[in-house]
Amino acid sequence: MSLAYYPGCTLKTKARNLEEPAVASLEALGYELEEITRWNCCGAAYSLADDDLIHQVAPVRNLVRVKESGMSQMVTLCAVCLNTLKRANLVMKADEEKRNTINSFMDEEPDYDGEVSVVHLLEVLRDEIGWETLSEKVRRPLHDLRIAAYYGCTLLRPKDVAIDDEANPTILRDFLTALGATPVEFPEFARCCGSYQVMSDPDGISEYARVIFDSALSHGAEALVLTCPLCDYDLGRGQQVLMKKDNSFRGMPMFYFTQLLALALGLGSEVCHFELNHGDPESLLRAKKLLS
Amino acid sequence: MAVTVSPKRTRRRFVSKVRELSGQNLQLCYQCGMCAGNCPSAGRMDISPRQIIELARLGLDEEIAESKTVWTCASCLACTVNCPRGFDLSKVMEAIRLLTLRTNRDHVRPEDISQQERCDLPQIAMVSGFRKFTG
Repeated sequence: MSLAYYPGCTLKTKARNLEEPAVASLEALGYELEEITRWNCCGAAYSLADDDLIHQVAPVRNLVRVKESGMSQMVTLCAVCLNTLKRANLVMKADEEKRNTINSFMDEEPDYDGEVSVVHLLEVLRDEIGWETLSEKVRRPLHDLRIAAYYGCTLLRPKDVAIDDEANPTILRDFLTALGATPVEFPEFARCCGSYQVMSDPDGISEYARVIFDSALSHGAEALVLTCPLCDYDLGRGQQVLMKKDNSFRGMPMFYFTQLLALALGLGSEVCHFELNHGDPESLLRAKKLLS
Repeated sequence: MAVTVSPKRTRRRFVSKVRELSGQNLQLCYQCGMCAGNCPSAGRMDISPRQIIELARLGLDEEIAESKTVWTCASCLACTVNCPRGFDLSKVMEAIRLLTLRTNRDHVRPEDISQQERCDLPQIAMVSGFRKFTG
């Protein structure tokens, strides 16, 4: 079965360790991620101003590409892309005045009125494949691996585009359970990593990271699972800064959810690109006999 | 902080523009501070998120402009989902940022970002950062 797939910019460069294990894993599950043609950057941060329609053009253009291909659903792996595309889609679906203005501005494109649905791969695993089927496909259960289920912001906020309950999400817990891992729930599961603040204060980002890692560690986690390349960068960089200036700080490895998926499905570690992760995630996996 | 308030100030263009760009009724806020309590950036701000709302509705744009608070907001929406009044502070923060950016005053100058940072930062950080910090 084929799924229309929107990669987003970072997945083609610094976050190939998010994309490549997803492509290989879905193939193992009998699905093909079909990259949409002529996709462009989603804009990365949704514009919150009511009059700022020009910033809706980039995400809407991607949705038009999907509609043109005859597909009705588009899958993302990056949580920020999901949020930006899904919110732009909501504008096109629900706000007639804005929809007319955007369609009129984009007169080189066919009119679009929000008919494509935007979903995250975790939703495909939960709603189309199902946790039970997924767990049956697991060849290398991630036994004895205690992983903090970190959502960040954009999978859960705002409520009208959230993939799960904002206050009490279960999708990552269920995902980790299906892979045989031990999910660790912790209070700061949805705390912001600092997002784009890294651009104006690169090392200040460590203040966000400290709260998240301290919380995950104190609840017994050995690693953190991620869905977003910006979280990966901010938390990775924050962790490095903290280790340099504070001997008592203990960080932990971070994995994209797709890396854990590929590993559990028994795929070769070469598709996971662990070399692109921050720190040394492979030592933990070797210690748990999940890597040779 | 000592501030001077007057009915004239609250009728300033600044107040109506914040209302227009954010789509928010500034009078909804009853100053409970839930936004500040849930804000992961609050510790790095010089004026709390709650106070920004009060200053905005009083038309005290100079005080807001002197503060780094709106530029420290990460648009994470923790305030938005936790507000008991249904007030969307993240949209007010964005409106205030845009009122500055639209006068050609950028918060981050691309030329100030070092070559090393340009290589290190992933696209997702660069694009979202430029979206929020430049006009």
